[in-house]
Amino acid sequence: MKISEQWLREWVNPAIDTQTLADQLTMAGLEIDAIEPVAGRFSGVIVAEILSAEPHPDADKLRVCQVNTGTATLQIVCGAPNARAGLKAPLAVVGGELPGDFKIKAAKLRGVESCGMLCAEQELGLSEAADGLMELSPDAPVGTDLRDYLQLDDQLLEIGLTPNRADCLSIRGIAREVALLNDAALTAVACEPVAASIDDALAITLQAAERCPHFTGRVLRNVDVSRPSPLWLREKLRRCGLRSIDAVVDVTNYVMLELGQPMHAFDLDRLQGGISVRTALPGESLALLDGSEVELSDDILVIADDAQALAMAGIMGGAHSAVSETTQNLFLEVAFFTPHLLAGKARGFGMHTDASHRFERGVDFKLQVQAMERATALLLDIVGGEAGPIIEQTAAQHMPQRTDVRLRASRIRKLLGFELAAADVERILTGLGLGVTASDAGWNCSVPSWRFDISIEEDLLEELARIYGYNNLPASHVHAELQIAARVESQLPLRHLRRHLAARGYREAITYSFVDPRLQALFDPGVAPVPLTNPISADMSVMRTSLIPGLVDAALRNAKRQQPRASLFETGSRFIKTGDQLDQVPTLAMVVMGARGDESWTGKSASADFFDLKGDVQSLLALGRQGRAFDFVAAERDGLHPGQTAMITHNGQSVGYLGALHPGVARELGLDLPLFACEVALASVLDGVLPTLTELSRFPEIRRDVAVVVDRDLPVADLMKAVESAAGDYLTDLTLFDVYTGEGIDPKRKSLALGLTFRDQSRTLGDEDVNPAVGQVIDLLEKNYNAELRN
Amino acid sequence: MENLEALGDAAKNAIAAAQDGQALEQLRVDYLGKKGQITALLKGLGKLSEQERPAAGAKINVVKQQLQELIASRKAALESAAVEARLAAETIDVTLPGRMPSVGGIHPVTRTMERMEDFFASIGFEVAEGPEIEDDYHNFEALNIPAHHPARAMHDTFYVDDHTVLRTHTSPVQVRTMENQEPPIRIICPGRVYRCDSDLTHTPMFHQLEGLLVDEQSSFADLKGIIEQFLRAFFEKDLAVRFRPSYFPFTEPSAEVDIQCVNCGGAGCRVCSKTGWLEVMGCGMVHPRVFEHSGIDAEKYSGFAFGMGVERLAMLRYGVTDLRLFFENDLRFLQQF
Repeated sequence: MKISEQWLREWVNPAIDTQTLADQLTMAGLEIDAIEPVAGRFSGVIVAEILSAEPHPDADKLRVCQVNTGTATLQIVCGAPNARAGLKAPLAVVGGELPGDFKIKAAKLRGVESCGMLCAEQELGLSEAADGLMELSPDAPVGTDLRDYLQLDDQLLEIGLTPNRADCLSIRGIAREVALLNDAALTAVACEPVAASIDDALAITLQAAERCPHFTGRVLRNVDVSRPSPLWLREKLRRCGLRSIDAVVDVTNYVMLELGQPMHAFDLDRLQGGISVRTALPGESLALLDGSEVELSDDILVIADDAQALAMAGIMGGAHSAVSETTQNLFLEVAFFTPHLLAGKARGFGMHTDASHRFERGVDFKLQVQAMERATALLLDIVGGEAGPIIEQTAAQHMPQRTDVRLRASRIRKLLGFELAAADVERILTGLGLGVTASDAGWNCSVPSWRFDISIEEDLLEELARIYGYNNLPASHVHAELQIAARVESQLPLRHLRRHLAARGYREAITYSFVDPRLQALFDPGVAPVPLTNPISADMSVMRTSLIPGLVDAALRNAKRQQPRASLFETGSRFIKTGDQLDQVPTLAMVVMGARGDESWTGKSASADFFDLKGDVQSLLALGRQGRAFDFVAAERDGLHPGQTAMITHNGQSVGYLGALHPGVARELGLDLPLFACEVALASVLDGVLPTLTELSRFPEIRRDVAVVVDRDLPVADLMKAVESAAGDYLTDLTLFDVYTGEGIDPKRKSLALGLTFRDQSRTLGDEDVNPAVGQVIDLLEKNYNAELRN
Repeated sequence: MENLEALGDAAKNAIAAAQDGQALEQLRVDYLGKKGQITALLKGLGKLSEQERPAAGAKINVVKQQLQELIASRKAALESAAVEARLAAETIDVTLPGRMPSVGGIHPVTRTMERMEDFFASIGFEVAEGPEIEDDYHNFEALNIPAHHPARAMHDTFYVDDHTVLRTHTSPVQVRTMENQEPPIRIICPGRVYRCDSDLTHTPMFHQLEGLLVDEQSSFADLKGIIEQFLRAFFEKDLAVRFRPSYFPFTEPSAEVDIQCVNCGGAGCRVCSKTGWLEVMGCGMVHPRVFEHSGIDAEKYSGFAFGMGVERLAMLRYGVTDLRLFFENDLRFLQQF
């Protein structure tokens, strides 16, 4: 909300400068987002009158004006289309200065002497309007300094109000705060009752009294809407960001800004019969003031006459009954709408108006008559006419109920952490308009009609703290009992895993949890993702079922930025919906793209391959000392190379997978670097086991190497498992130290070299112990794995 | 015996001229070995009379000992020369880069979050986590934000369906903790949150770290103390901190916290919009209605909560000026952390 400081100071005028005032409001919870002057910096600009405007002899678009400055007649050359005899406009005189350090000098324009410059609003920093000279009122005093005449030495305070402070959506509300903060007097405007000079009245029926428990109306006859709003009124509206429409609308807006009460004026002659406030009828529609047409539903409150809906109550008036240049008679409406029953209704239509903003948050429910009197007085002043009596309907049982709030001194101590003197408590609460009565160990407080945010003791504590000043409250150290928290040692902290991967060359990435469904479908077509109903864009419209699409996309973007390699990992949830069950699974994913290592003088780095990534995954799995509990089984997955993909299993359960990007997918993505990806359930990596020591043997080990030729498609892991089980209890280590295919070997076969290490805890082993074990291994390989021993 | 001197001189010359260990060994054998020339002279002593023998023997032994010493010293010299030659041949350019596997790193958001966690862990806060797709009740209702509450408009919520949202803050984790745990409670809730907003200063996903303390004695003064300490520890600077009244439906009283601008020290600059202050977090005393929803006795217990944007603090700490960089995963960005 923007308010004019000058206007505020008409209500309360403490002896502090603008910045101090702004700081004070900010620190009281009414945050000042900006302070702006209402006009640009200029000087030497006066009100002048154009006496004559003749065409320039040498230029079609220029006019030569004789201008009265009050003390002299000056010749001014001007290009504005609206320069005409009789117009009063701002004149920057020679020696004056316009915004942007623009000094006014006497000059010749196309050979004609010009002694100053007639100004548009934009040239004075008053608005963006640059379509001609600023037209001043015919009664503007010629010769007066424009800054004085328009009272331009004023600042706009832009206040970012929190939704609880509906009471501050007006000059009156802000002034109340400023008065209390400065212990200054508040000068409220007079809202004296206007005596009725005619008897006209309309019948008013409250058909939805819980939504509108209080309604006031008034008839004004014989108004002259051709009379313009006075300058002071237009200026105040302009400064608060509202455009002047006509005197009637301007007055209703003015009262809303001043008192916080939105109101509406109808063209009386367009109404039929009485007024009812009711919910919309089935199929009812309404053409609104802004030109739109809305289909109403039965939860929308309308102001209606006997024939039709006239306005969306508390939101916007209708076009049919709007005040126009032909209007002669008015019906004014000032009502109170129950905030929580109006809340969200405007938004349901994509609307948000000054009125709905205020009614949804709460308008002072005792303000209606006062606002009606204020508006009537202003209208009679400006557009003339005769006023009827105020017609008032109240449904007392549906008016907001205010119950007294108890405040205990002990709670101030406990929750604010300090003692606030009773006198301060009473001064602050009374100053806020609360009724304060001392009671046992505290106070009973009645809440004023303009505060919708005070209903419990804590609300009062906030008011006390706020006005006393948060920064004047003490700060202390938390006191608590020291307790040692449980820590499961076998559970790896996530940060260990992150650092392990970082040490192995991976950069942590963070990608969005919502992804492009088309990209995701390349990798996870079998899983229907959870869609968002209001995504920010189509390529961020579904929740990820896998972290891989996001990481592949990140790698791809880096490739497009000329990065030859990238190793990335991410941890986070993926979202899997099965029926009504939604699983949010903490997951780790990694991708490796491009070369294995950085370019170096020590040798060209080869392209990364499957086993680079697998080695990194295995090193991770080994962190929890569980590495051997995981198996890698050849598998197929969408998006991955069918011959280079493995499922990772733990005790037979799949916990993840890794593989090379499918060449078809790589082509589709436009990636010409090799890429390998892995995804694994975070829990399976982080669940470790506690170390338990095996005693160290004092006896030497014996090693035997065995080379065998087996079928090429035999998975080595199967063979290794078989060897381990056949080699007996002395086997302490089994290593695969060579795999060979090529010359000298049948193309359908491969040669494997195994190292077997034997050792015993209690004695030195001899050939007689080891040879039978190796024999068993060879027998098994020959019998079950079609192996032949190599020499 | 006249040739002893000549023999000695010849041997000395030969030793001095020897160029390697092998030649030297040959000389030792030739002169001092079992069949060596000096050894032969010693063997010939038997032919002399008993009177002549000691003097002649002594003379020969002097020469023998001289030759032994010369051989040893020549050997040492040759070995040391060989070592020198080897060292010269093996000299490398130590300024060449080492053989280093490429170095990775932690994302600045994680780095910042871990650092925050450490500060709070040091005073007994435990990390609590919860779902990111959250029900309306835990994200809003239980936090005293009923449907159509104007505060919902502050949240720009992503919806999955009418009753399910992407959490707009990590506060639901606080609710879930209070539902399941008796006070005293000291938790921090880090994690991803989502708001349907995307422009220069907003990304639709960001990270929050919230804290909650519930105990029989906890006050706004404690809250102020803990926040001031945290911010000074985080920025490693004794900076000014101020608390401004604000509004959150789930706390009462509520405050926004500003720090003295870390860029200009409070003088006013572009970073702080010339105000000298930077808004860094929100906080307040837990609203009794939130306690009520979670089954905690608001008369017996009191508590405070605070929450901050991790990216916001990371930006200030590391001089990041564009929020969107955090989620573009540009290696040139990631490599700087």
